Order: sequence, then structure tokens, then C-alpha cells
Amino acid sequence: MKLLEMQGIEKSFHSVQVLYGIDFTLAGGKVHALMGENGAGKSTLMKILAGVHRYDKGSIKIEGKEVELTTPKHAQEMGIAMIHQELSPIPEMTVAENIYLGREPRQGPFVDYRKMYEMTKELLEGLKVSINPKEKVGNLKVADQQLVEIVKAISLNARIIVMDEPTSAITDKEVEQLFLIIKDLKKQGKGIIYISHKMDEIFRIADDITVMRDGHYVNTWNAGDIDNGILIKNMVGRELNDYFPKEEVEIKDTLFEIRNFTQEGKFTDINFQVREGEILGIAGLVGAGRTELMHAIFGLEKPDSGEIYLEGTKITIHKPQDAIRQGIAYVTEDRKLEGLVLQMSVAHNITLPSMNTFSSAGFITSAKEAKSVQKEIQDLRIKVHTPRQQVGKLSGGNQQKVVLAKWMIKRPRVLILDEPTRGIDVGAKTEIYKLMCEYVAKGNAVIMISSEMPEVMGMSDRIMVLSNGIMGGVLNREEFAQESIMKMAVSHV
Amino acid sequence: MVKERKEKGTFNLKLFVAQYGVIIGLFLIFAFFTIMKTKFISINNILNMLRQTSINGFLAIGMTFVVLTGGIDLSVGSIVGAAGMFAALVAREETGLPWIAAVLVGLGVGLVLGTLNGIIIAYLRVPAFVATLGMLSIARGITFMASDAKPVPGLSEGFLKIGGGSVGMVPIPILILVVVLLIAFVVLYKCPYGRYVFATGGNAVSARVSGINIKRITCSVYMISGVLAGLAGIVLTSRVTSGLAQSGDGYEVDAIAAAVIGGNSLSGGRGRLWGTIIGFLIMGVMNNGLDMMAVSSYWQLVIKGLIIIGAVMLDSLNESK
Repeated sequence: MKLLEMQGIEKSFHSVQVLYGIDFTLAGGKVHALMGENGAGKSTLMKILAGVHRYDKGSIKIEGKEVELTTPKHAQEMGIAMIHQELSPIPEMTVAENIYLGREPRQGPFVDYRKMYEMTKELLEGLKVSINPKEKVGNLKVADQQLVEIVKAISLNARIIVMDEPTSAITDKEVEQLFLIIKDLKKQGKGIIYISHKMDEIFRIADDITVMRDGHYVNTWNAGDIDNGILIKNMVGRELNDYFPKEEVEIKDTLFEIRNFTQEGKFTDINFQVREGEILGIAGLVGAGRTELMHAIFGLEKPDSGEIYLEGTKITIHKPQDAIRQGIAYVTEDRKLEGLVLQMSVAHNITLPSMNTFSSAGFITSAKEAKSVQKEIQDLRIKVHTPRQQVGKLSGGNQQKVVLAKWMIKRPRVLILDEPTRGIDVGAKTEIYKLMCEYVAKGNAVIMISSEMPEVMGMSDRIMVLSNGIMGGVLNREEFAQESIMKMAVSHV
Repeated sequence: MVKERKEKGTFNLKLFVAQYGVIIGLFLIFAFFTIMKTKFISINNILNMLRQTSINGFLAIGMTFVVLTGGIDLSVGSIVGAAGMFAALVAREETGLPWIAAVLVGLGVGLVLGTLNGIIIAYLRVPAFVATLGMLSIARGITFMASDAKPVPGLSEGFLKIGGGSVGMVPIPILILVVVLLIAFVVLYKCPYGRYVFATGGNAVSARVSGINIKRITCSVYMISGVLAGLAGIVLTSRVTSGLAQSGDGYEVDAIAAAVIGGNSLSGGRGRLWGTIIGFLIMGVMNNGLDMMAVSSYWQLVIKGLIIIGAVMLDSLNESK
């Protein structure tokens, strides 16, 4: 009898299906790794297990008995514990207080602090973890904070422990300590679901490996039966059916060049060039530092070092205004957070970075502004009743077009796009691809960050892969292959 | 001003009331007081009311700029006092200085204090609430020190005309208010600066990505608020004919109330200047009418507070649609 059996799990969010009948089993005393690209559905599946979401179809059995995990608390009572990527202990409270939060041992109406510290000490010693129960969690280093979370999970009598990217923020030595604890937990008969992109760790610690891809279940193997290559192949091995309107555009001289870009903790020694007429795709895992790199290039953040060359001449960018003036535009990753002022109208959003053009002697030249706005709306086929409409009311695809219009109106030479088609319907996506092609055909350059493999392979002339802030490699269009990109993406993880 | 999307031809009552309800409110309150005291609607009373309200008007306009960026200025009442006091000291007959010197000093004090607010908030990153609360205290303290807590009477005739004089039937403060309003309208709606103010308040991050210097914009609105508070201080001191250390005490409440009643969201990015006008008119009518009805000033405070809370509640209902 298995500890955990998930069968045929299906899930949709607002008529967008994200899980297509996933099977997942976990045996007691084993570590089962769950692998897949970003967007494969791993997090969603685990959230269903943790009681955060409800599955639409399927069943979950714990030790042979079918359960309905209605709420996170219920999942906790059933013995399921999640240790998240983003830790959320309460920094100002002590280790003991965090572990026993909500179920502090009482003495009458008061908290029995002595008992609480004793119980915590026992727990920590049992796992050979040397942390002071009275220490404030906020003062501990990340690795220890993580251990506190694990100890908490165990104290909740978890039988199933899910670890999501547990080693992303800790050193090698601490990883060893973690592995010892995991081995201990296995001996106690607990089952561990381990999510990570670090190939070598997976092969060290996992007994079984399951791969998911685009919301589908691919396969499960014994860790000893496969290797890196097979794993990667299965993670990305999809058929590239999608149609990408890529046109033949003459690629000329180098337009934009980055040298020695470094920002501590974010990215190291990045170098690349983009040429006139070229679309450079930037691939990599989430957290690889791509957005941080673009923020630094555009002047939103200050890098530790780096040089920028435009048409062969060195330029300095200290703030966004400098970049804009030089003809660089940045369509940010999150349009609602960084790209638009939702309460303002479509027209005002479009002209916001260009007020110099649409004003004279301090006053706005309304007629000129209205004309340019109208042209952009037509060229980009933005669906609005009137340019005075509040941009927050538009659909995702149209909002993204407004952000594009905002930059296109300046006729930039270099257009940086960060996940330009995220959360947009297929129709709007195709339109945006077409616009990209029309744009580079005029002799401009596009740098496109994308986490969607088909998109980055379909639209780019070259792809640069970033891996944990380091350049994983550059591929030309003839060399494009999903496995190669993935290999590069995990090369420095 | 942003038009809400409506289906063609349909009249959405809820939307109409949410957007223009304040005008109806103003008329209702006006009507109420007229019924209660017929003297309310006399020319004399109305002009008097407008003369007094102009002071709140200056503060409300300044507050609008601040609130649009998502900030707040609790120190305006104290800046009124400080600017008015220093203006009075210069405007005394005995100094022999022309009234324009007093005006420049008053505006200067307002500008300096407002700039200090702006720097502390925008560049030193102290939250607006805290920074202006501190300034409220500091400015008031300075005012008492400058006057040694004694009134400063004996102001020159030229200076007294500012607050007490009229051009024909129209009180001078009203004329000044109209000019200030026109300038404010143009700056907010016809200049790039105005857009930047809305953008900074609506989404500072997006504004920054668009190349706007949000620190400069944030600092500038407090400077505007300060100068207008200085202007209010000059007019007030001129009206009451002497510099009083406690002048302007509590005026920030009326200013915030006016902005909020007018539909300016305290979280920034959403609002309208004409709404502020209705707002301070409502406050002015309330002050005047309640005084006429001999309602205790303590009750007036309670009523004012209820109006502010009510207006914000209505506004959040409008926002969540």
C-alpha cells in the first residue's frame, strides 16, 4: 500500500486547463523527485496536495484511504507538510514560537513557555540540528530558517513532506546537512516529494523521478535507471507545432552591445550583441537573472560593472530617462505592476514617456498627441471604444498592446521585451509576433526574454541562455534544439 | 479626466451618482441651510462665506496635488500659522516695508517649509504621514517662538487690504482664489507635469520605467502645498488683522476633507480638481451654516469627521466597481 496515490488529477483555472490527468505515487521511506520546466504544472499539483486548490477531476488516496483535501489546515491534519521556496516564518518570533504557532502548549489561559522551549529542544536534538530554540528566526541564516521549517513540518506529524527548491538559497555544506536529515526522515518511514532543477542533487537524493511537461504526465523512473540526458529529453521533448510568423529579414551590423555586465547576487560577466534586423531571444529558468539584467541595462538598477555600446559608441545609462533618450525601450515583465498606470486612460498611458514630443513651451499639444495615439491604436490594432478609456478595463492582450504602443511611438532602435505574450490569448500573441517582425524589418533590434520554449525558438534569430546569472551559451537559429537550451539553462544551477 | 466605459445610450444611475453626487450634495446642503435660516442666502453672507472659504480653498488645492501622488500633508495648518506670523512681523506699520515684502516673506516661508517636507519625504524616504506630522509640530513651535506667543497687531493698510478688501463687490481673496484655481487647472490638465503627478500616484514603478523622476515629482507637490499654505496664511492674517500664533490650527482636516469629498483617492492616481472645489465649498457652507445655526463648534467637528468617513466609504464603493 502506497503512502500517497494521486490519480488522474485534472485542473483548470478560468477555462484554461493546466493539469491533464496527472498520476503520482509516493511510497513511505522514499524520496520521489518531481521534475519539469517552469509552467509544467508542478506547483499547481503540489498546491492541490496541500489543500490550497481543489482538483476538478481525479482522486487522492493517503495510505489507501480516499481523502478530500478541502483546506490547507485539513491537508496539514492529514499529515501533509509543504516547505515552500519562499520561506515565510515570522522573523521577529523565536524558533520555538514559530514551530508551535497556533498550537502553543498552554497552562490555563497562558502560554507555557518553558514547556514550549523544552519540546522544541527535544525536536531539534532528535534531528541532530543545533539551533537555539530561543533565537529569533530572523537572525538565523537562510539554511537554518529552512531547517526550522522542516522541524516544524515534522512536529506536525507530517507523513508526506513536500520540499520545493529546498537548496536554492543554501551552501554546499548545508545541503549535506539537509541530505542527512532527509535520510533520517526516510528511515522514519516518511515520504518526501522533492522539487528541484539541480540535476546532480536529484540523482543523489531521489529514489524515483517523475517528469511533467505542459501539464501532462510524462513518465516515472527509478533514479538509477536513467541519466541527465534522458531526463532533459523528457522534460522538453514536445512537438513544435505552433506557428510562428517569422519572416526573412536582412540582418546587418551590430547595433547594441553589452560588455562585462555584473551585479553581485544577480548576474556575472554578461556579454552579448544584437544586430540590426535581429531578434535575440534570452532563455533560462525563472530566477536566472534575465529580468534583473534588463533592469540594469535600462537604468532601473545600478550594476556593479558593465559597458553599453550603441552603434559602436559607448553610452552611459544611469536612469530610465537616459536609456529612453538613447532610443532604448523596455516592455516590462508585469504590465500591471510596471508597465501601465491602470487608472489612467489608454491615450495618457501611451504618451507618458513621450511628453517631450507632445508638449511645447510647457503645455501639452493635444491635437498632435491625439493624432499619434490614434495612429498607434490603428497600427497595433488595439481594441478600444475610445482612447479615453481607462486602461485597467482592457483585456490582457490589449493592455499588452498599449504597453507596446507606449514604446513604439518613440520609434526606438532597441526594443527589450520581457515575457511579451504572457497571459495573452493566441490571437493577440500572433499579432504581437507579427509586430515584432515588422519592427525589426525596419532595421531595428529586439531583445526578447521568454520562458516559453516554442516561442523563443520560433521567433529568435539567436538565443542566449542564462543560467543562475551566468551565460550558459549562445545558439544560432540552425542550432536551436530544446534539449540544448535546457542543458544550458541548468548548467550553472 | 477619464471617461468610464458605458454602453451606448444607457444611463447608469449608480455611476452618475458616484461621480457627480457631490454636486447634488452641495445643493442639498445649501438648500438645507437656506430653509433653516433665510439670512443664509443673503449676498452679504455669501460673500463673507466665500471670503473665508478662499483660505480653505488654497489649502484644498495644494492638498489635491499631494493626495494625487498618494501622499498626505498634515502640516498645512501649521504652515498657515508660520507663514502668516512671519508675514505679519514684516507687515507691521513700524517696519516701514511695503506690503509686497510681507507677501514675499509669507510665500517664502511656505515654500521653505514645503520644500523641507518634500525633501524628507521624497529623498530621505520618510513616510508622508510621519514627516508632515513632525512638521506640524515644528512649524507651530517656530510660530510661537517668533511671536513670543503674543499677537502681532498694527499691520499696514496695504497688507490689510489683501484679506479684507474688495474690488467692487468681489472680495479680493476670491479673485486670488480664482487665479490660483485657473493656474492649478492648467498645470494639472494641460501640462506634462500634471500627467506625471497622476502617474506617480497611480503607479510609481510604471512612472519610473516611463522615465519620470518620481522623487522630483513627489518633492514638488509638497512645495506647492507649502506655498499655497503660505498664501492662505497671508490672507488669513490679513483678514483677522493681526498675526496670531494659533492661526490655522486644525485647517489640515478641512483641506483633507475637501480633497476626499471631491473624490480624490488617498491612495493616489485618481481624482479631479473640480471635485476639490465642490469639496471646499461644501466645507465652507457647512462651517458657515452651522455657525449661523449656533451649533456648537464641537458638534461641527463631529459632523465634519462623519462627512470625511462617509465620503471615503462612497469613494471606495466607486473604486471597487
